[in-house]
Parts: sequence; C-alpha cells; structure tokens
Amino acid sequence: MSTALAAPTLARARRSPAQVARRRFLQRPSAVGGLVVVVGFVAVAALAPLVAPDDPSATSWSLIRKAPSLLHWMGTDENGRDVLSRVIWGARASLLAGVVSVLIAGGVGVPAGVLAGFAGGRTDAVLSRVVDAMLACPFLILAIALAAFLGPSLQNAMIAIGVTAAPIFMRVARAATLDVAASDYVEAARAVGNPSWRVALRHVVPNIAPPVLVHATLAIAMAIIAEASLSFLGLGQQPPAPSWGSMLNAAQRFLTQAPWLAVFPGAAIFLAVLAFNLVGDGLRDALDPRDGGRS
Amino acid sequence: MRGSLGGRVAQIVPTLLLVTVLVFLLQHLMPGDPASIMAGEEQDPQLIAQIRAELWLDRPLPVQYLHWLGNVLRGNLGYSWRMREPIAHLVAEKLPVTLQLSAMAFCIAVAIGVPTGVIAAVRRNSAWDYLATGVGLAGLSTPNFWLGIMLILLVSVDLGWLPPSGYVPLSEDWRQSLATTIMPAFVLGNAIAAVLMRHTRSAMLTSLDQDFVRTARAKGLSEGRVILRHALRAALVPVVTLGALELGTLLSGAVLTEQVFSIPGFGKLIVDAVFNRDYPVVQGVVLVTATLYVCLNLAADVLYVLINPRLRGA
Repeated sequence: MSTALAAPTLARARRSPAQVARRRFLQRPSAVGGLVVVVGFVAVAALAPLVAPDDPSATSWSLIRKAPSLLHWMGTDENGRDVLSRVIWGARASLLAGVVSVLIAGGVGVPAGVLAGFAGGRTDAVLSRVVDAMLACPFLILAIALAAFLGPSLQNAMIAIGVTAAPIFMRVARAATLDVAASDYVEAARAVGNPSWRVALRHVVPNIAPPVLVHATLAIAMAIIAEASLSFLGLGQQPPAPSWGSMLNAAQRFLTQAPWLAVFPGAAIFLAVLAFNLVGDGLRDALDPRDGGRS
Repeated sequence: MRGSLGGRVAQIVPTLLLVTVLVFLLQHLMPGDPASIMAGEEQDPQLIAQIRAELWLDRPLPVQYLHWLGNVLRGNLGYSWRMREPIAHLVAEKLPVTLQLSAMAFCIAVAIGVPTGVIAAVRRNSAWDYLATGVGLAGLSTPNFWLGIMLILLVSVDLGWLPPSGYVPLSEDWRQSLATTIMPAFVLGNAIAAVLMRHTRSAMLTSLDQDFVRTARAKGLSEGRVILRHALRAALVPVVTLGALELGTLLSGAVLTEQVFSIPGFGKLIVDAVFNRDYPVVQGVVLVTATLYVCLNLAADVLYVLINPRLRGA
C-alpha cells in the first residue's frame, strides 16, 4: 500500500515545476485548442502580406458589396475591398494592440506592484490609493476618455488601454509579492545579507511570474475587445487601415444590404478573444496547483 | 462591524478626491490650449485671453484645481462647449435612461446566470455543466457591440419583431419603452450573466459540500428543497456581492450598447462629447461614473454585511 502511494510521488518529484505545469496544460483539450487558435492568428497576422488574397485597401467600383463567393470568400465591402484580406490585415492591428497594451500595462503595473508589496509602509499606501482611484473609473470609460484626450490613433488607443489596465497588474503583482516575500527562501536570502534590491530582483520577481503571466494572457483578451471597442467608436485604428472594430462600425450602415460585413470581423474578434481566454484559464489551472484540482 | 463599515465609508473620501485629481489632469493631456480651441478659427488673441481668464486657465495649476473642485462640490460640473448647457443638466437628463437599461440588464443577467450556475454545479461534470460553462465562456468572449449588431440583424431585420434602434421613455409608453430597451438590455446583461454563472457555480459547489446540506439530506428533505432552500441560500451571499461589483461593467458596457442601438443615454453622451471635442462633458461623465461606481462598491460591501448571517449579529 505504502509503496503504491510513494511511487507516483517520487516520479513527480523528479519533474521540474515547469515540466509539471506543461503536462497539466497539455492535458486540457480546451487550453490546447485555444493555443492552436492563438498560434494560427499570430501566424496569419505575421504573414498577412503572403496570406491575404488581395490588397486590403484596393477599392473597386465593380465589386461594391458583393456577397461571399468563391472569388471573395467573405464578400466585399462598401468600397469594393475584399473582406477576407481586411480581416487578415485587421488581425495585425488587433493582436498588436492586445500585446503592446498589455506590455505597457505590465511594464507600469508590475514594477509598481513589486515596489508596493516589497517596500510596504507609506510607498504601499500611496501607490494603493492611486490604484484605487484609477480602478474607481469603469475600464472602458477611462480608456475612452484617455484616448479622446490623447487624440484618435491606434498608438494612442494602445497607450490608453495600457494605462487603464495597469492598476490591475499592480494589484496582481502586489498580492503575489506579499505572498512570496513571506516565504522561507526570501527570509533566507535576506538573512545571508543580500541587499533589498537584490532580494527583490533575484528572488521575488522570478517567483511572481506565474500569476502575472496568467493575468497577462487574460488581459490580452480584454485588450483585444477594448481595442475593437475603441476602433468601433472611431478612437482606434483610423481608416482606411483595416481593423476589426472599425470594420464593424462601417458595417452598421449596411446591415440590411450587406449583413456579411458585420458577421466576419465580429467572428474574428470573438474567436481571438475566446482563444486567449481558454489559454489563460488553462495556464491558471496548470500553474496554480491549489486551484487546479477543481475544474 | 458597524465600525468597519464606518471605516469603509471614510476610505472612499480620499479615493474620490484622487479621482477628481485624475479627472482634472485629463484635460492637460490634450494637445493644444482649450482656450484657443474654444476661440474657433479666427484665433483672436484678445478673445483667447478673455476665455483663459474666464476659465481660470491663467492661474497656477493647483489654484485651477481647487477652483474646479469647489465648483464640482457645489454641483457645478461646468458648461458643455458644444451645447452651451450646464453639464449637470445633461447628466441628469441622460442618466435615468442608462439606469433603466442597466436595471433591466441586471435582472436579465440574474435570471440567466443564477439558474444556469445552479444547474452546472448540481449536475457537475455532466453535459449540462460543460454546456453551461462553454456558453458562459463564449458570453465573456463576445464583444457587446457585435452581439448587438447580430441581434439587430436577426430580430429586427430578419424577423421584424422589435425596433432596431431608438428609445421611448418609460413614462411615455411603457410597452414601447420595453420594446425598445429589451434587446439592448439583453446585450448588456449577457457578459454579466456569464460572470454570475461562474460565481454561482463555484459558490454552489462549495456549499453543496457543507455539513448543513448533508444534514438537510439526512433529514429526508427532497433534493429540490435541499438545493433551493439550503445550498443556494448560502451560495447567494458571495454571488450577490460579486454581482453588485459587476454593476461597473454595466456602465462601461452601456457606452457601446447605447451607440449600437442609438439610445440617448449616458454612454451616448460621452461618445458624442468625444466626437464634438466637448472635453468638459467627457470629464464630467468620467467623474460622475467614477463616483457612482465607488458608491455601488460601498453598497455591495454593506449588502454583504447585511445578508451574511455570520456577520449579521456582530
């Protein structure tokens, strides 16, 4: 009996935490499916010039609002442009906005969170109050206000989304830092005389990576929706450059005549966001053993 | 407990003050001088100077802030540049529309989210559970405005059941009012329904494991009674609180939903203000939403204390 129980424990002990996490992730079909879709979107966005059948900005008077056909799989828009090509090029804007705004949010929020959690005291109090105030403004409303004051462009939309999303990164990083800072190995690192900055950089930061990574993945999903929302309102990518949100905005005017214009860009947003959410959920279950057992 | 609630109320004061600082500073992100934007195309230097003096723009920043804050505290949110109307009036006019929409959306979200969460938990790991969890995740991943457009396409364009856009106030004709708001309210409630479903499911899973549920079963109560009277009652405590926190999502979501369905509410006010470069209105709307949101969070905390039997006696 005891050997039967001990054997798997020993076998598990030989694997590194990263290997265990990878195994747990790969055991979830939904997470793997999400990852495949994410990789697909990234590949399509990166290879847009090669994959897109047409020039996304090429207008044609003879092809205005043609329904989907073998020649134009997703039909053509109000200026005779190929919708499939625009959806493919739009993936670039959306994924770029998702990743860059999360990098901005993490770049601002994570150092602030580590500082607040590690320094404590007055630094923590001040940073936490600022975060409370920012979180008091509903996400999209603050992002719209920021984008409006900065001026409409994809770059400013990314800044607006990044700044608005930073407080949550700060909270996640702060909570994880408090957790890690109380552990024995950090105690030990302090006890052997490491300066605080060294303890923070060498021992705390690498160990808060899992929760931050999980949050970042889910935040990309949120940022893609936010960018699409801003573009839909005319505050993101400016025409004629294609983006999913602005395509939906234009499609609204032709709902009765050309419903396909609204279907495909929206489906692309939905798929991309769903895929990032699935990967994020899978990562959370794989990286957090406490929660992983309950599905 | 009362003491900690008092502390919680006291805590929102510095938060709200910081919000006013952030909202005030927004205006300084703007490229260019507000006075020269307001002066129009002629750019008469005298007029610009006059506007600067009127708006206190020629004073130091802290003085400008205190002047602005004093006005805000007296209920004066400033004037709309475009509509030449006090912003407080615009807010008072548009807010009830959004509140009606949000209240309906919340009811729809509860009506969908709580029962599906209960079913998913009770039939754990069954096809129902997977279906509910899958639909919930899909709901979270669907952009609000796309769902709205798709519903207009299906319900209004194809089936012709409901008007695609517009708004009739409740006081004018309640039937028409419901007909114009039911679809946007569903769109708005959809994302929250998904969140509520997730919360209900996990809270129900926890409470179904508890001793009092086993006791209720051992007493010989019917399974339906055990689930509804005992397990769900305990599970609702965290669900209500977490649900109340989602009200902020409603305010954000309303911006896009109102845009799609052309509903003249709070969200439309901020979007129109953004396009008209009517910056004081943008500032006013952000400030009012943030204040509302902070108060809603406080209400959620109070509610939690009131409905949690463990904290009630304290």
